[in-house]
Amino acid sequence: MSDKVISTDAVIVGAGPVGLFAVFELGLVDIKCHLVDILDRAGGQCTELYPEKPIYDIPGLTVVSGQELTDRLMDQIKPFGAEFHFNQRVESLERRDGGFRLVTDAGTVLDCKVLVIAAGGGSFTPKRPPLPGIEQYEGTSVFYSVRKMENFKDRDVLIVGGGDSALDWTLSLQPVAKSLTLLHRRAEFRAAPASVQKMLDLVDKGAMSFKLGQVTTLHGEGGRLSAVTVKGADGVTFEQPVEVLLPFFGLTMKLGPVADWGLNLEENLIPVDTAKFETSEKGIFAIGDINTYPGKLKLILSGFHEAALMAQQAHHYVYPDKKLIFQYTTSSSSLQKKLGVK
Amino acid sequence: MARITFIQNDGTERVVEAEPGMTVMEAAVKNAIAGIAAECGGACACATCHVYVDDAWREPTGSPEQMEEDMLDFAFDVRPSSRLSCQIKVSEALDGLVVRIPEKQF
Ligand SMILES: Cc1cc2nc3c(=O)[nH]c(=O)nc-3n(C[C@H](O)[C@H](O)[C@H](O)COP(=O)(O)OP(=O)(O)OC[C@H]3O[C@@H](n4cnc5c(N)ncnc54)[C@H](O)[C@@H]3O)c2cc1C
Ligand code: FES
Repeated sequence: MSDKVISTDAVIVGAGPVGLFAVFELGLVDIKCHLVDILDRAGGQCTELYPEKPIYDIPGLTVVSGQELTDRLMDQIKPFGAEFHFNQRVESLERRDGGFRLVTDAGTVLDCKVLVIAAGGGSFTPKRPPLPGIEQYEGTSVFYSVRKMENFKDRDVLIVGGGDSALDWTLSLQPVAKSLTLLHRRAEFRAAPASVQKMLDLVDKGAMSFKLGQVTTLHGEGGRLSAVTVKGADGVTFEQPVEVLLPFFGLTMKLGPVADWGLNLEENLIPVDTAKFETSEKGIFAIGDINTYPGKLKLILSGFHEAALMAQQAHHYVYPDKKLIFQYTTSSSSLQKKLGVK
Repeated sequence: MARITFIQNDGTERVVEAEPGMTVMEAAVKNAIAGIAAECGGACACATCHVYVDDAWREPTGSPEQMEEDMLDFAFDVRPSSRLSCQIKVSEALDGLVVRIPEKQF
C-alpha cells in the first residue's frame, strides 16, 4: 500500500508462463519490467490449475509439469531482475504523455512506457456461490477476501469451506469476531493439518464452533445479512444467525478490469496484429491466451513466440533513437553479458 | 461405445455416445451439454464439471478418490451421489449410465 509512484520501462499484467517469458525477451533488449498478478505466486494457469499435470508440447522438454515449467522460467529470467507485485489486481489504466499509468487494488501506482497485457483467461477471482440474492450483500455482509479487519470486528462471522483460506481466516478472525462459526460439508479438510488442529482446539475451548453442512439460503434486508439456512450433513436444515459471511469455494477466471480499459475486444479477447502483437493502441501489447488473431492457438508455445516479436516493437518505444540489431544468444557476447554468462 | 444420458435440472434429457477411455466430462463437452463448464479441462482443479450419478449407477462408477473429494468442497450443493465428471472414465460397463446436472454450478 504505497502512494509512491513506480516508474519503469514496461509493466506486464499477469505472471503466467507468457508474462514470465516476456521478461526474458524484453530483458534481452534492455527493457526493465514490473509484473503484477492477483495470485500470490507466478505461473498463472500452470500453477493454479495444473501444477502436477504433465505438459508434453514445450519444445525441447519431453515432459514438464506446470510447476516445473514455472520454476524453470523463473530461473531463466532471474538475470533480468524483474519486480513482482503479487496479490494485486491491476484495476485502472490511464493514458499519459509518453506512456501509461496503472493502479492496482492495493494502491500501487506504476508508470510505464509500454504495457504488456498477458492476462491469460483473465484474473483469478473467488467463486461466488450461486445463492439467490447474494449480490445485494457483497461488500457489506458477504466478503470473498479479508481486506479490512474492521469489517469483522465484534460481528457474528460465518466462514464456509475446508481449504487453507477458510482455515487461515478462521484462525485470524476468531480473536476479532464476536462469534465465529466454521461451516464445512464434511469432517475432513484439505487445509494444512496444523491449522485444522488449532481450529479444533479453539472449538474444544469453546472459543468458536464448527458445524457440518452447506448454506442453501440467505436471509436479511437492505444488504445486511441476519441468518442463513444450512442443510446439515444429516440432511436436516437449521438456521444459523450471521452478520458476516465469508465463502471460500476456490477461484475462477474472469476477464475483470481489462474489459474496462477502452481496448477493442472480440468475445473477451484482445485482437492484435501478428507482426508486433500490438493492440489497436500504440504501446499496448497483448500476448498469450488473452489475445486473438487469425489462426490463434491457446498454447504456451504460441505465447512465447508472441513475446519475442512484441519485444522488438517495444524496443522502438523505450529506445526511439536506438537501432536494434538482431543477435543470437549463442554467439552474442553482449546478450550473454545480460544473461550473466561467464 | 457407451451411451450416457445427461438429465438437466428442468428434466430435459440427452443421450450421447462415448468412447471407452474418455471421461464423462469429455463426452459432455464434445456434445455441448449445458452446465458442464470444465474450466480446468479435466485436471480435477475447478469443480465445474459436477454431476449427480443416478443411484442405480453409483456402484459401477465407484466413489471419489481423495483429490476428487477435496475438489468437491469447491462444488455447490454436494450430495452423496456427487462426482466430478472428469474423474469418471467411460467403459463398456458404463453403457447406459445416467447422470444429472446440478441446478446451479458455479
Ligand atoms: C488443464 C490445462 C492443461 C493445459 N495443458 C497445456 C499444454 O499441455 N500445453 C500448452 O501449451 N498449454 C496448455 N494449457 C494452456 C496454457 O496453460 C495456457 O495457454 C497458458 O497458461 C497461457 O498463459 P498466459 O501467461 O497467457 O496466461 P495465464 O496462465 O492465464 O496467466 C494469466 C495471469 O494473469 C493474471 N491476471 C489477469 N488479469 C489480471 C489483472 N487485471 N491484474 C492482475 N493479474 C491479472 C491472472 O491471475 C493469471 O495469473 C493448459 C491449460 C489447462 C487449464
Ligand atoms: S473439469 Fe475441472 S474438475 Fe473436472
